Amino acid sequence: MKIFERALWVVAIVGFIAGGYGMYDRIVNGHVNAAYGSYVPWGLWVGAYIYLVGVSAGAFLISALVYAFGVKKLEGIGKLALFTAVVALGISMFSIWLDLGHPERALRMITNTNFTSMMGWMIWLYSLYFVLLITELWFAMRADFVVWSERKDFAGTLARILTFGRNDPSPAAAARDRSILRVLGTLGVPLAIAFHGGVGSLFGVVGARPYWNSGLTPIMFLLGALLSGGALLTFITYVFGPNRGSAEHKQTVLFLGKIVFGLLLLDAMLEWSEYSIALYTSIPAEAASMQLVLFGPFAWVFWGVHVGLGVVVPLVLLTWQNKSPLWAGVAGLLIAVTFMSVRLNIVIPGLAVPELHGLKEAFSGPGLGFDYFPTLTEWLLQIWIVSLGVLVFLTGYHLLPIVTAHLEARRG
Amino acid sequence: MPIQSAELTLEQEAQPAAIGERQDPLVRMQEDLRRAMKKPIDQRRWVMVIDLRKCVGCSACTIGCVVENKLPPGVVYRPVLEEEIGTYPNVTRRFIPRPCMQCDDPPCVPVCPVNATYKRPDGIVAINYDDCIGCRYCLVACPYSARLFDAGRQYLDGTTPAIPALLGRDKAMVYEKLPAYEYGHAWERHEGESPIGNARKCQFCSHRLEAGMLPMCATTCIGRATYFGDSNDPEALVSDLIASPNVMRLKEEMGTQPKVYYLA
Repeated sequence: MKIFERALWVVAIVGFIAGGYGMYDRIVNGHVNAAYGSYVPWGLWVGAYIYLVGVSAGAFLISALVYAFGVKKLEGIGKLALFTAVVALGISMFSIWLDLGHPERALRMITNTNFTSMMGWMIWLYSLYFVLLITELWFAMRADFVVWSERKDFAGTLARILTFGRNDPSPAAAARDRSILRVLGTLGVPLAIAFHGGVGSLFGVVGARPYWNSGLTPIMFLLGALLSGGALLTFITYVFGPNRGSAEHKQTVLFLGKIVFGLLLLDAMLEWSEYSIALYTSIPAEAASMQLVLFGPFAWVFWGVHVGLGVVVPLVLLTWQNKSPLWAGVAGLLIAVTFMSVRLNIVIPGLAVPELHGLKEAFSGPGLGFDYFPTLTEWLLQIWIVSLGVLVFLTGYHLLPIVTAHLEARRG
Repeated sequence: MPIQSAELTLEQEAQPAAIGERQDPLVRMQEDLRRAMKKPIDQRRWVMVIDLRKCVGCSACTIGCVVENKLPPGVVYRPVLEEEIGTYPNVTRRFIPRPCMQCDDPPCVPVCPVNATYKRPDGIVAINYDDCIGCRYCLVACPYSARLFDAGRQYLDGTTPAIPALLGRDKAMVYEKLPAYEYGHAWERHEGESPIGNARKCQFCSHRLEAGMLPMCATTCIGRATYFGDSNDPEALVSDLIASPNVMRLKEEMGTQPKVYYLA
């Protein structure tokens, strides 16, 4: 497990350094070196954004199992789930912020909101969700901050500051924290569903894009969020979870594996429903996007990355190795990483089919093509953002009482 | 037969006089425009009529528009769609110029998260460049791909700057530095400033209308295939044209109520 953590540090540092060039190019040259443009207006960064925000919502909803529904088996990973949700939300916002043509005007989304736009709703729901997440994470860690305050190192100093003077270690205070957490967790469930369902609706309501324009779209977004967030959390729990190697840890990982197994089957069923109905009907506008996904130049992304590595292999691992937390963790990692391909296969094929016959040949120029593939700048910037997220996670894991404090408290 | 030919002769005799009185459609539309501009803005209803039987696919409208609005690479408000019909050797081509449809129910307006795009009282769908955050949701929502993203490119990107023997990019860039006059404001191209980073679109050359001029595409059309005017004015040429039975609009089934009509 230590190997996984070390590998993550190395990958994140390398990614952060190499990806820095993407950030540099975005700042200096704006959108000039990006492949998205006028006809395929959204690309990798939007795909990454809906992926990461889905991971956040999914991780949060798993944490709600602990704080709102009191699922004992997952109690040890409540804070880990919340922290994952915070980091994923942070970097998803970073991705979409840099995708804007005028990032310096982003605050207008709050000050000039248009509530007939799903995007207008989205920004408010996110902001509320972000505040709720931070508040909930603080209440979940407050008692631990008090315990850590006694440490003499930097983490101890940080913990002392973060108690904000509320350093009551009594069981009564802890009980009060728990009841506040129950309220926040319970409020968070409809909020998380509303905001991520809202992201799905943002795509679902676009009549001009028949591939997205379906009542199933928000549902698929939500299920995808639970699946990708749950899968990532299974891996994270395996590597970083409390009491690694103990029977308790093993049980937690395997339980998460079971949840992920069910979600994976459910997601595959919805996907089948969506694709089979549209392809059977074969109305060109919608079927054209699906044919692009299934048989287009990037069909390997769907068949190889998504179906192969993201569905079949994890299903095999979770079935044949259902007693092994290692393989549950690996399956989780596979699902979580490959789910990015599902998000890209939502965004790009919906745009890569010309809306009018003959538009492709009508006028040529940069940004007036339909064959989108992210440029080096787009890849590097995204790698930079994700690496940043991993580094923040790893740093937080060591400096904040995300997994270990309870045990120390018990020992004390 | 003699009677028929007599009738024909009568008509032929009548025609020269009529032709003599008939105006070039551009002149008539110019007068229509002047009349419309005297009315309050909310009583004007701008429509464009494109006669596909007259369009030869010369793209003079496309280029006229690019020049008028100083459009950078990757931004084109009025491409001419080309369609090839039949198989060799029986091939013909069809051309469909596609400006913004200035929909009566525009799908691009409600999706804007910051109220930066709106429908003017005269029906033109406009963008407030200083409010647009460049999220491109409106591009995605338009069923006609009529909205474009200005990524900040220049035609001379990657060319050599001035060196003693050559004038180079700096001199040649004079054209690219000219301001665009969209929405009656001189928009100069400076890095990171609007309209760079914005959604952009055809606005029926609203700045030209203010100056009493027809949209550039109507002016440069070599075949007089593009008509423009106020359909609230029964005397206007476009009012006659949109009442003809062979009129059609693109993607009527989307419920967008386009105000660009095609004669087929």
